[in-house]
Amino acid sequence: MPESLSHRHLLEAADLDRDDATLVLDTAAQIESALAGREVKKLPTLRGRTVVNLFFEDSTRTRISFELAAKRLSADVINFSAKGSSVSKGESLKDTALTLEAMGADGIVVRHSASGAPHRLATWVAGSVVNAGDGTHEHPTQALLDAFTIRKRLGRLDGVRVVITGDVLHSRVARSNVRLLHTLGAEVTLVAPPTLLPVGVDSWPVTVSYDLDAVLPGADVLMMLRVQAERMNASFFPSAREYSRRYGLDADRMARLGDDAIVMHPGPMNRGMEIAADVADSPRSTIVEQVGNGVSVRMAVLYLLLGGNA
Amino acid sequence: MAQPSTPAPGTPGQLFTADDVTRVVDRMAHQLIERAASGSGDGDGLADLVLVGIPTRGAPLARRLAARIEAFTGRSVDVGTVDITLYRDDLRTRGVRALEDTRLPDAGIDGRLVVLVDDVLFSGRSVRAALDGLRDVGRPRAVQLAVLVDRGHRELPIKADFVGKNVPTSRSQQVRVRLAEVDGEDGVSVTDA
Repeated sequence: MPESLSHRHLLEAADLDRDDATLVLDTAAQIESALAGREVKKLPTLRGRTVVNLFFEDSTRTRISFELAAKRLSADVINFSAKGSSVSKGESLKDTALTLEAMGADGIVVRHSASGAPHRLATWVAGSVVNAGDGTHEHPTQALLDAFTIRKRLGRLDGVRVVITGDVLHSRVARSNVRLLHTLGAEVTLVAPPTLLPVGVDSWPVTVSYDLDAVLPGADVLMMLRVQAERMNASFFPSAREYSRRYGLDADRMARLGDDAIVMHPGPMNRGMEIAADVADSPRSTIVEQVGNGVSVRMAVLYLLLGGNA
Repeated sequence: MAQPSTPAPGTPGQLFTADDVTRVVDRMAHQLIERAASGSGDGDGLADLVLVGIPTRGAPLARRLAARIEAFTGRSVDVGTVDITLYRDDLRTRGVRALEDTRLPDAGIDGRLVVLVDDVLFSGRSVRAALDGLRDVGRPRAVQLAVLVDRGHRELPIKADFVGKNVPTSRSQQVRVRLAEVDGEDGVSVTDA
Protein backbone atom coordinates (compact mmCIF):
# COMPACT_ATOMS: atom_id res chain seq x y z
CA MET A 1 0.00 0.00 0.00
CA PRO A 2 1.28 3.53 -0.74
CA GLU A 3 1.59 6.01 2.10
CA SER A 4 0.51 9.02 0.07
CA LEU A 5 -1.49 9.91 -3.05
CA SER A 6 0.11 9.90 -6.49
CA HIS A 7 -1.28 13.34 -7.47
CA ARG A 8 -1.00 16.74 -5.81
CA HIS A 9 -4.58 17.71 -6.73
CA LEU A 10 -7.89 15.87 -6.69
CA LEU A 11 -9.58 17.06 -9.88
CA GLU A 12 -11.42 13.97 -11.03
CA ALA A 13 -11.97 10.40 -9.97
CA ALA A 14 -9.44 9.24 -12.58
CA ASP A 15 -6.70 10.94 -10.51
CA LEU A 16 -7.07 8.04 -8.10
CA ASP A 17 -5.85 4.58 -8.97
CA ARG A 18 -7.04 1.65 -6.94
CA ASP A 19 -4.31 2.02 -4.30
CA ASP A 20 -4.94 5.77 -3.96
CA ALA A 21 -8.70 5.34 -3.60
CA THR A 22 -8.25 2.56 -1.06
CA LEU A 23 -5.79 4.74 0.88
CA VAL A 24 -8.38 7.54 1.08
CA LEU A 25 -11.11 5.15 2.25
CA ASP A 26 -8.84 3.46 4.81
CA THR A 27 -7.66 6.84 6.11
CA ALA A 28 -11.26 8.04 6.43
CA ALA A 29 -12.15 4.89 8.38
CA GLN A 30 -9.19 5.40 10.74
CA ILE A 31 -10.08 9.05 11.28
CA GLU A 32 -13.66 8.09 12.00
CA SER A 33 -12.70 5.48 14.58
CA ALA A 34 -10.09 7.81 16.13
CA LEU A 35 -12.74 10.50 16.66
CA ALA A 36 -15.60 8.19 17.68
CA GLY A 37 -17.01 9.02 21.08
CA ARG A 38 -14.43 11.72 21.74
CA GLU A 39 -15.18 14.88 23.60
CA VAL A 40 -12.77 16.97 21.49
CA LYS A 41 -13.44 16.10 17.86
CA LYS A 42 -10.44 17.98 16.62
CA LEU A 43 -6.99 17.01 15.43
CA PRO A 44 -3.95 19.32 15.21
CA THR A 45 -2.75 17.89 11.91
CA LEU A 46 -3.21 20.91 9.59
CA ARG A 47 -2.44 23.62 12.14
CA GLY A 48 -1.08 26.67 10.33
CA ARG A 49 -2.36 25.56 6.93
CA THR A 50 -4.94 27.61 5.06
CA VAL A 51 -7.81 26.07 3.14
CA VAL A 52 -9.92 28.30 0.88
CA ASN A 53 -13.44 27.22 -0.02
CA LEU A 54 -13.94 28.85 -3.40
CA PHE A 55 -17.58 28.41 -4.37
CA PHE A 56 -18.79 29.93 -7.64
CA GLU A 57 -21.98 27.88 -7.42
CA ASP A 58 -24.53 27.29 -4.68
CA SER A 59 -23.93 24.50 -2.24
CA THR A 60 -25.00 23.71 1.28
CA ARG A 61 -23.77 20.30 2.24
CA THR A 62 -20.56 20.18 0.24
CA ARG A 63 -19.29 23.56 1.43
CA ILE A 64 -20.23 22.92 5.04
CA SER A 65 -18.76 19.44 4.85
CA PHE A 66 -15.42 20.72 3.54
CA GLU A 67 -15.43 23.54 6.09
CA LEU A 68 -16.04 21.16 8.97
CA ALA A 69 -13.43 18.70 7.65
CA ALA A 70 -10.78 21.44 7.43
CA LYS A 71 -11.67 22.84 10.86
CA ARG A 72 -11.55 19.41 12.50
CA LEU A 73 -7.98 19.16 11.19
CA SER A 74 -7.23 22.62 12.68
CA ALA A 75 -6.67 24.34 9.33
CA ASP A 76 -7.59 28.00 8.94
CA VAL A 77 -10.60 28.19 6.66
CA ILE A 78 -11.60 31.03 4.38
CA ASN A 79 -14.97 30.86 2.65
CA PHE A 80 -15.02 32.71 -0.63
CA SER A 81 -18.41 32.83 -2.26
CA ALA A 82 -18.16 34.32 -5.73
CA LYS A 83 -21.83 34.11 -6.51
CA GLY A 84 -23.15 36.91 -8.69
CA SER A 85 -19.79 37.83 -10.13
CA SER A 86 -20.32 39.51 -13.51
CA VAL A 87 -16.76 39.24 -14.68
CA SER A 88 -16.26 36.77 -17.49
CA LYS A 89 -15.49 33.39 -16.04
CA GLY A 90 -11.98 32.73 -17.32
CA GLU A 91 -10.63 36.07 -16.18
CA SER A 92 -12.36 36.16 -12.84
CA LEU A 93 -11.16 32.68 -12.04
CA LYS A 94 -7.58 33.56 -12.87
CA ASP A 95 -7.68 36.83 -10.93
CA THR A 96 -9.13 35.03 -7.96
CA ALA A 97 -6.51 32.33 -8.24
CA LEU A 98 -3.70 34.88 -8.23
CA THR A 99 -5.19 36.59 -5.20
CA LEU A 100 -5.39 33.31 -3.32
CA GLU A 101 -1.87 32.50 -4.40
CA ALA A 102 -0.68 35.81 -2.96
CA MET A 103 -2.44 35.01 0.32
CA GLY A 104 -0.66 31.69 0.51
CA ALA A 105 -3.53 29.23 0.34
CA ASP A 106 -2.27 25.68 0.88
CA GLY A 107 -5.47 24.09 -0.35
CA ILE A 108 -8.24 25.39 -2.62
CA VAL A 109 -11.58 23.62 -2.65
CA VAL A 110 -13.40 24.81 -5.75
CA ARG A 111 -16.91 24.49 -7.08
CA HIS A 112 -17.66 26.04 -10.44
CA SER A 113 -20.49 25.85 -12.98
CA ALA A 114 -17.97 25.46 -15.79
CA SER A 115 -16.66 21.95 -16.40
CA GLY A 116 -12.87 21.99 -16.23
CA ALA A 117 -12.54 25.13 -14.08
CA PRO A 118 -10.61 23.25 -11.31
CA HIS A 119 -8.15 21.96 -13.94
CA ARG A 120 -7.44 25.52 -15.10
CA LEU A 121 -7.13 26.70 -11.52
CA ALA A 122 -4.63 23.96 -10.76
CA THR A 123 -2.27 25.33 -13.41
CA TRP A 124 -2.16 28.76 -11.75
CA VAL A 125 -1.60 27.99 -8.07
CA ALA A 126 1.07 26.33 -5.97
CA GLY A 127 -1.35 24.77 -3.48
CA SER A 128 -3.46 21.64 -3.90
CA VAL A 129 -6.79 21.99 -5.70
CA VAL A 130 -9.75 19.83 -4.75
CA ASN A 131 -12.68 19.71 -7.15
CA ALA A 132 -15.93 20.11 -5.22
CA GLY A 133 -18.04 19.87 -8.37
CA ASP A 134 -17.45 21.41 -11.78
CA GLY A 135 -20.37 21.81 -14.16
CA THR A 136 -21.57 18.46 -15.44
CA HIS A 137 -18.07 17.02 -15.24
CA GLU A 138 -16.99 15.56 -11.88
CA HIS A 139 -17.48 15.62 -8.12
CA PRO A 140 -14.79 13.21 -6.90
CA THR A 141 -15.23 13.58 -3.13
CA GLN A 142 -18.93 12.71 -3.51
CA ALA A 143 -17.89 9.49 -5.25
CA LEU A 144 -15.39 8.78 -2.48
CA LEU A 145 -17.97 9.25 0.25
CA ASP A 146 -20.42 7.06 -1.68
CA ALA A 147 -17.80 4.33 -2.03
CA PHE A 148 -16.97 4.71 1.67
CA THR A 149 -20.66 4.35 2.56
CA ILE A 150 -21.07 1.25 0.40
CA ARG A 151 -17.95 -0.38 1.85
CA LYS A 152 -19.09 0.39 5.38
CA ARG A 153 -22.60 -1.02 4.85
CA LEU A 154 -21.75 -4.03 2.67
CA GLY A 155 -18.18 -4.69 3.81
CA ARG A 156 -16.70 -4.68 0.29
CA LEU A 157 -16.66 -2.91 -3.07
CA ASP A 158 -15.18 -5.58 -5.31
CA GLY A 159 -17.98 -7.19 -7.30
CA VAL A 160 -20.71 -5.05 -5.69
CA ARG A 161 -23.52 -4.36 -8.17
CA VAL A 162 -24.41 -0.68 -8.19
CA VAL A 163 -27.39 0.72 -10.09
CA ILE A 164 -27.32 4.48 -10.71
CA THR A 165 -30.69 5.89 -11.77
CA GLY A 166 -31.81 9.29 -12.99
CA ASP A 167 -30.39 12.31 -14.77
CA VAL A 168 -27.03 10.83 -15.72
CA LEU A 169 -26.62 13.37 -18.53
CA HIS A 170 -26.18 16.35 -16.22
CA SER A 171 -24.78 14.49 -13.23
CA ARG A 172 -21.21 15.05 -12.16
CA VAL A 173 -21.95 12.70 -9.26
CA ALA A 174 -22.73 9.91 -11.73
CA ARG A 175 -19.57 10.56 -13.77
CA SER A 176 -17.30 10.45 -10.73
CA ASN A 177 -19.06 7.43 -9.29
CA VAL A 178 -18.85 5.43 -12.53
CA ARG A 179 -15.12 6.08 -12.73
CA LEU A 180 -14.29 5.48 -9.07
CA LEU A 181 -16.56 2.47 -8.54
CA HIS A 182 -15.10 0.87 -11.66
CA THR A 183 -11.59 1.51 -10.33
CA LEU A 184 -12.57 -0.18 -7.08
CA GLY A 185 -14.00 -3.24 -8.81
CA ALA A 186 -17.74 -2.61 -8.55
CA GLU A 187 -20.10 -3.35 -11.45
CA VAL A 188 -22.13 -0.30 -12.42
CA THR A 189 -25.44 -0.24 -14.29
CA LEU A 190 -26.93 3.07 -15.42
CA VAL A 191 -30.70 3.35 -15.69
CA ALA A 192 -32.28 6.43 -17.28
CA PRO A 193 -34.54 7.52 -20.10
CA PRO A 194 -32.47 7.63 -23.33
CA THR A 195 -32.72 11.44 -23.33
CA LEU A 196 -30.92 11.65 -19.99
CA LEU A 197 -27.93 9.53 -20.98
CA PRO A 198 -24.86 11.32 -22.36
CA VAL A 199 -23.47 10.82 -25.83
CA GLY A 200 -20.63 8.33 -25.65
CA VAL A 201 -22.03 6.43 -22.67
CA ASP A 202 -21.37 3.22 -24.62
CA SER A 203 -17.64 3.79 -24.08
CA TRP A 204 -18.06 4.00 -20.27
CA PRO A 205 -17.28 0.92 -18.19
CA VAL A 206 -20.99 0.36 -17.44
CA THR A 207 -24.07 -1.54 -18.48
CA VAL A 208 -26.99 0.64 -19.64
CA SER A 209 -30.64 -0.17 -19.11
CA TYR A 210 -33.89 1.74 -19.63
CA ASP A 211 -35.90 -0.50 -17.32
CA LEU A 212 -35.47 0.06 -13.59
CA ASP A 213 -37.76 -2.80 -12.54
CA ALA A 214 -35.68 -5.29 -14.51
CA VAL A 215 -32.43 -4.47 -12.74
CA LEU A 216 -33.75 -4.05 -9.17
CA PRO A 217 -33.57 -7.70 -8.03
CA GLY A 218 -29.85 -7.99 -8.87
CA ALA A 219 -28.75 -4.72 -7.25
CA ASP A 220 -26.71 -4.44 -4.06
CA VAL A 221 -26.83 -0.65 -4.18
CA LEU A 222 -29.44 1.62 -5.74
CA MET A 223 -28.20 5.17 -6.17
CA MET A 224 -30.89 7.71 -7.02
CA LEU A 225 -29.83 10.93 -8.76
CA ARG A 226 -31.57 14.23 -8.33
CA VAL A 227 -34.03 15.33 -11.00
CA GLN A 228 -33.26 18.98 -11.34
CA ALA A 229 -36.35 21.11 -11.05
CA GLU A 230 -34.81 23.79 -13.26
CA ARG A 231 -34.86 21.33 -16.12
CA MET A 232 -38.40 20.05 -15.62
CA ASN A 233 -39.81 22.07 -18.52
CA ALA A 234 -37.23 20.94 -21.00
CA SER A 235 -38.11 18.06 -23.25
CA PHE A 236 -36.01 15.43 -21.50
CA PHE A 237 -39.12 13.51 -20.47
CA PRO A 238 -42.86 14.04 -21.02
CA SER A 239 -43.91 14.88 -17.45
CA ALA A 240 -42.76 14.71 -13.88
CA ARG A 241 -45.43 12.12 -13.13
CA GLU A 242 -44.34 9.87 -15.94
CA TYR A 243 -40.71 10.15 -14.88
CA SER A 244 -41.63 9.35 -11.31
CA ARG A 245 -43.69 6.35 -12.37
CA ARG A 246 -40.92 4.84 -14.50
CA TYR A 247 -37.75 5.90 -12.71
CA GLY A 248 -38.79 6.99 -9.23
CA LEU A 249 -38.23 4.82 -6.18
CA ASP A 250 -41.34 4.15 -4.09
CA ALA A 251 -42.01 1.53 -1.41
CA ASP A 252 -43.25 -1.03 -3.97
CA ARG A 253 -40.09 -0.82 -5.99
CA MET A 254 -37.92 -0.87 -2.88
CA ALA A 255 -39.59 -4.13 -1.83
CA ARG A 256 -38.19 -5.74 -4.99
CA LEU A 257 -34.61 -5.08 -3.91
CA GLY A 258 -32.58 -7.84 -2.27
CA ASP A 259 -32.67 -8.09 1.53
CA ASP A 260 -29.31 -6.40 2.13
CA ALA A 261 -29.49 -3.84 -0.67
CA ILE A 262 -29.12 -0.18 0.25
CA VAL A 263 -30.62 3.00 -1.20
CA MET A 264 -28.41 6.06 -1.69
CA HIS A 265 -28.98 9.64 -2.77
CA PRO A 266 -26.34 12.39 -2.98
CA GLY A 267 -28.84 15.08 -1.98
CA PRO A 268 -30.59 17.40 -2.15
CA MET A 269 -33.62 15.15 -2.62
CA ASN A 270 -36.89 15.84 -4.39
CA ARG A 271 -39.16 13.83 -2.13
CA GLY A 272 -42.01 12.35 -4.13
CA MET A 273 -40.15 12.80 -7.41
CA GLU A 274 -37.17 10.47 -7.80
CA ILE A 275 -37.57 9.10 -4.27
CA ALA A 276 -40.64 8.64 -2.08
CA ALA A 277 -40.52 10.08 1.43
CA ASP A 278 -41.02 6.72 3.15
CA VAL A 279 -38.15 5.27 1.11
CA ALA A 280 -35.84 8.16 1.96
CA ASP A 281 -36.54 7.66 5.66
CA SER A 282 -36.33 3.83 5.66
CA PRO A 283 -33.53 1.88 7.35
CA ARG A 284 -32.22 0.87 3.93
CA SER A 285 -31.56 4.49 3.09
CA THR A 286 -28.02 5.73 3.75
CA ILE A 287 -28.83 9.34 2.91
CA VAL A 288 -28.15 10.84 6.34
CA GLU A 289 -25.18 8.51 6.87
CA GLN A 290 -23.67 9.75 3.58
CA VAL A 291 -23.53 13.28 4.97
CA GLY A 292 -21.60 12.18 8.07
CA ASN A 293 -19.30 10.00 6.00
CA GLY A 294 -18.62 13.00 3.77
CA VAL A 295 -16.82 14.81 6.59
CA SER A 296 -14.56 11.82 7.35
CA VAL A 297 -13.72 11.30 3.67
CA ARG A 298 -12.96 14.99 3.12
CA MET A 299 -10.75 15.01 6.22
CA ALA A 300 -8.87 12.08 4.70
CA VAL A 301 -8.45 13.90 1.38
CA LEU A 302 -7.28 17.13 3.02
CA TYR A 303 -4.87 15.24 5.27
CA LEU A 304 -3.38 13.25 2.40
CA LEU A 305 -3.05 16.28 0.09
CA LEU A 306 -2.00 18.97 2.59
CA GLY A 307 -0.52 17.12 5.56
CA GLY A 308 2.93 16.57 4.10
CA ASN A 309 5.10 18.70 1.88
CA ALA A 310 2.74 21.15 0.25
CA MET B 1 16.05 -13.76 36.59
CA ALA B 2 18.53 -14.20 33.76
CA GLN B 3 19.77 -11.01 32.17
CA PRO B 4 19.62 -10.64 28.39
CA SER B 5 22.94 -11.03 26.65
CA THR B 6 24.59 -7.63 26.45
CA PRO B 7 26.92 -6.50 23.70
CA ALA B 8 29.32 -3.70 24.54
CA PRO B 9 27.71 -0.25 24.28
CA GLY B 10 27.33 0.86 20.71
CA THR B 11 28.26 -2.54 19.31
CA PRO B 12 25.96 -3.63 16.52
CA GLY B 13 24.42 -7.06 16.72
CA GLN B 14 21.65 -9.00 18.34
CA LEU B 15 20.48 -7.44 21.59
CA PHE B 16 17.55 -9.70 22.56
CA THR B 17 16.78 -13.21 21.44
CA ALA B 18 13.14 -14.34 21.33
CA ASP B 19 13.59 -15.81 24.84
CA ASP B 20 14.99 -12.50 26.08
CA VAL B 21 11.92 -10.67 24.78
CA THR B 22 9.65 -13.09 26.64
CA ARG B 23 11.61 -12.67 29.88
CA VAL B 24 11.69 -8.88 29.64
CA VAL B 25 7.96 -8.68 28.93
CA ASP B 26 7.32 -10.91 31.96
CA ARG B 27 9.45 -8.69 34.17
CA MET B 28 7.70 -5.56 32.96
CA ALA B 29 4.31 -7.19 33.59
CA HIS B 30 5.34 -7.85 37.20
CA GLN B 31 6.47 -4.24 37.59
CA LEU B 32 3.15 -3.00 36.22
CA ILE B 33 1.27 -5.19 38.69
CA GLU B 34 3.28 -3.70 41.57
CA ARG B 35 2.80 -0.15 40.32
CA ALA B 36 -0.96 -0.58 39.88
CA ALA B 37 -1.28 -1.92 43.44
CA SER B 38 0.86 0.82 45.01
CA GLY B 39 -1.17 3.56 43.37
CA SER B 40 -4.56 2.27 44.43
CA GLY B 41 -6.32 2.85 47.76
CA ASP B 42 -7.63 -0.69 48.00
CA GLY B 43 -7.40 -3.85 45.89
CA ASP B 44 -4.80 -4.53 43.24
CA GLY B 45 -5.61 -1.42 41.15
CA LEU B 46 -5.77 -3.47 37.95
CA ALA B 47 -9.32 -2.37 37.15
CA ASP B 48 -7.92 1.15 37.09
CA LEU B 49 -5.07 0.31 34.69
CA VAL B 50 -5.24 0.87 30.93
CA LEU B 51 -2.37 -0.21 28.68
CA VAL B 52 -2.31 1.96 25.55
CA GLY B 53 0.04 0.85 22.78
CA ILE B 54 1.54 3.23 20.22
CA PRO B 55 1.33 1.59 16.75
CA THR B 56 2.93 -0.18 15.10
CA ARG B 57 4.80 -2.36 17.62
CA GLY B 58 3.59 -0.75 20.82
CA ALA B 59 0.13 -2.16 20.12
CA PRO B 60 1.01 -5.89 20.21
CA LEU B 61 3.42 -5.18 23.06
CA ALA B 62 0.58 -3.71 25.14
CA ARG B 63 -1.56 -6.76 24.39
CA ARG B 64 1.27 -9.07 25.47
CA LEU B 65 1.78 -7.20 28.72
CA ALA B 66 -1.95 -7.45 29.43
CA ALA B 67 -1.93 -11.17 28.67
CA ARG B 68 1.00 -11.73 31.04
CA ILE B 69 -0.62 -9.66 33.78
CA GLU B 70 -3.73 -11.79 33.39
CA ALA B 71 -1.65 -14.98 33.49
CA PHE B 72 0.06 -13.85 36.73
CA THR B 73 -2.98 -12.43 38.53
CA GLY B 74 -6.04 -13.94 36.87
CA ARG B 75 -7.33 -10.40 36.32
CA SER B 76 -7.95 -8.96 32.89
CA VAL B 77 -6.61 -5.49 32.05
CA ASP B 78 -8.03 -2.98 29.56
CA VAL B 79 -5.91 -2.48 26.43
CA GLY B 80 -6.08 0.13 23.70
CA THR B 81 -4.08 1.73 20.92
CA VAL B 82 -3.62 5.36 20.00
CA ASP B 83 -2.35 6.22 16.52
CA ILE B 84 -0.13 9.29 16.68
CA THR B 85 0.21 10.04 12.96
CA LEU B 86 -2.21 12.98 12.98
CA TYR B 87 -0.36 14.43 16.00
CA ARG B 88 3.17 14.17 14.62
CA ASP B 89 5.34 17.26 14.29
CA ASP B 90 7.34 15.91 11.35
CA LEU B 91 4.59 15.44 8.76
CA ARG B 92 5.78 18.45 6.82
CA THR B 93 9.36 17.27 6.63
CA ARG B 94 8.71 13.57 6.24
CA GLY B 95 5.37 13.58 4.42
CA VAL B 96 2.04 11.99 5.17
CA ARG B 97 1.72 8.32 5.88
CA ALA B 98 -1.06 5.80 6.26
CA LEU B 99 -2.92 5.88 9.57
CA GLU B 100 -3.12 3.01 12.02
CA ASP B 101 -5.76 1.92 14.50
CA THR B 102 -6.94 4.03 17.37
CA ARG B 103 -9.06 2.01 19.79
CA LEU B 104 -9.68 2.83 23.39
CA PRO B 105 -11.59 0.76 25.95
CA ASP B 106 -15.32 1.43 26.25
CA ALA B 107 -14.82 2.50 29.84
CA GLY B 108 -12.61 5.34 28.60
CA ILE B 109 -9.50 6.68 30.28
CA ASP B 110 -10.93 9.35 32.60
CA GLY B 111 -9.54 9.06 36.12
CA ARG B 112 -7.55 5.92 35.32
CA LEU B 113 -3.86 5.02 35.26
CA VAL B 114 -2.84 5.01 31.60
CA VAL B 115 0.44 3.35 30.73
CA LEU B 116 1.63 4.19 27.22
CA VAL B 117 3.52 1.29 25.65
CA ASP B 118 6.06 1.57 22.84
CA ASP B 119 8.88 -0.59 21.54
CA VAL B 120 11.75 1.92 21.43
CA LEU B 121 12.17 5.24 23.25
CA PHE B 122 14.42 7.54 21.21
CA SER B 123 13.77 11.27 20.69
CA GLY B 124 10.59 11.23 22.79
CA ARG B 125 8.59 12.86 20.00
CA SER B 126 6.29 9.88 19.52
CA VAL B 127 5.47 9.96 23.21
CA ARG B 128 4.76 13.70 23.06
CA ALA B 129 2.38 13.08 20.14
CA ALA B 130 0.69 10.27 22.09
CA LEU B 131 0.26 12.55 25.13
CA ASP B 132 -1.39 15.16 22.90
CA GLY B 133 -3.64 12.46 21.49
CA LEU B 134 -4.66 11.23 24.94
CA ARG B 135 -5.47 14.76 26.05
CA ASP B 136 -8.17 14.98 23.37
CA VAL B 137 -9.70 11.70 24.49
CA GLY B 138 -9.97 12.22 28.23
CA ARG B 139 -8.24 13.05 31.48
CA PRO B 140 -6.43 10.11 33.06
CA ARG B 141 -5.46 10.16 36.75
CA ALA B 142 -1.87 9.66 35.63
CA VAL B 143 0.02 8.71 32.47
CA GLN B 144 3.15 6.58 32.62
CA LEU B 145 5.41 5.14 29.97
CA ALA B 146 6.64 1.59 29.36
CA VAL B 147 9.19 0.80 26.64
CA LEU B 148 11.00 -2.36 25.66
CA VAL B 149 14.21 -0.49 24.82
CA ASP B 150 15.42 2.96 25.85
CA ARG B 151 18.20 3.93 23.45
CA GLY B 152 18.81 7.50 24.70
CA HIS B 153 19.15 10.70 22.62
CA ARG B 154 16.06 12.41 23.97
CA GLU B 155 14.99 15.67 22.32
CA LEU B 156 12.22 16.38 24.83
CA PRO B 157 11.98 16.18 28.64
CA ILE B 158 10.42 12.71 28.63
CA LYS B 159 11.40 9.72 30.74
CA ALA B 160 10.14 6.14 30.82
CA ASP B 161 8.69 4.63 34.01
CA PHE B 162 9.21 1.02 32.93
CA VAL B 163 12.18 0.07 30.77
CA GLY B 164 12.92 -3.41 29.44
CA LYS B 165 16.52 -2.49 28.79
CA ASN B 166 18.62 0.65 28.54
CA VAL B 167 20.82 0.45 25.46
CA PRO B 168 23.52 3.03 24.82
CA THR B 169 23.62 3.73 21.08
CA SER B 170 25.07 6.28 18.76
CA ARG B 171 22.52 8.54 17.12
CA SER B 172 23.15 7.13 13.66
CA GLN B 173 22.53 3.52 14.69
CA GLN B 174 19.19 1.80 14.27
CA VAL B 175 17.50 -0.23 16.96
CA ARG B 176 15.17 -2.70 15.39
CA VAL B 177 12.53 -4.45 17.51
CA ARG B 178 10.85 -7.43 15.89
CA LEU B 179 7.65 -8.87 17.29
CA ALA B 180 5.98 -12.04 16.05
CA GLU B 181 2.63 -10.30 15.52
CA VAL B 182 4.17 -7.83 13.05
CA ASP B 183 7.46 -9.35 11.90
CA GLY B 184 6.91 -13.08 12.27
CA GLU B 185 9.53 -13.48 15.02
CA ASP B 186 10.73 -11.88 18.25
CA GLY B 187 14.09 -10.18 18.71
CA VAL B 188 15.91 -6.88 19.08
CA SER B 189 19.04 -5.88 17.21
CA VAL B 190 21.24 -2.83 16.76
CA THR B 191 22.60 -2.03 13.32
CA ASP B 192 24.88 0.69 12.00
CA ALA B 193 23.04 2.91 9.60
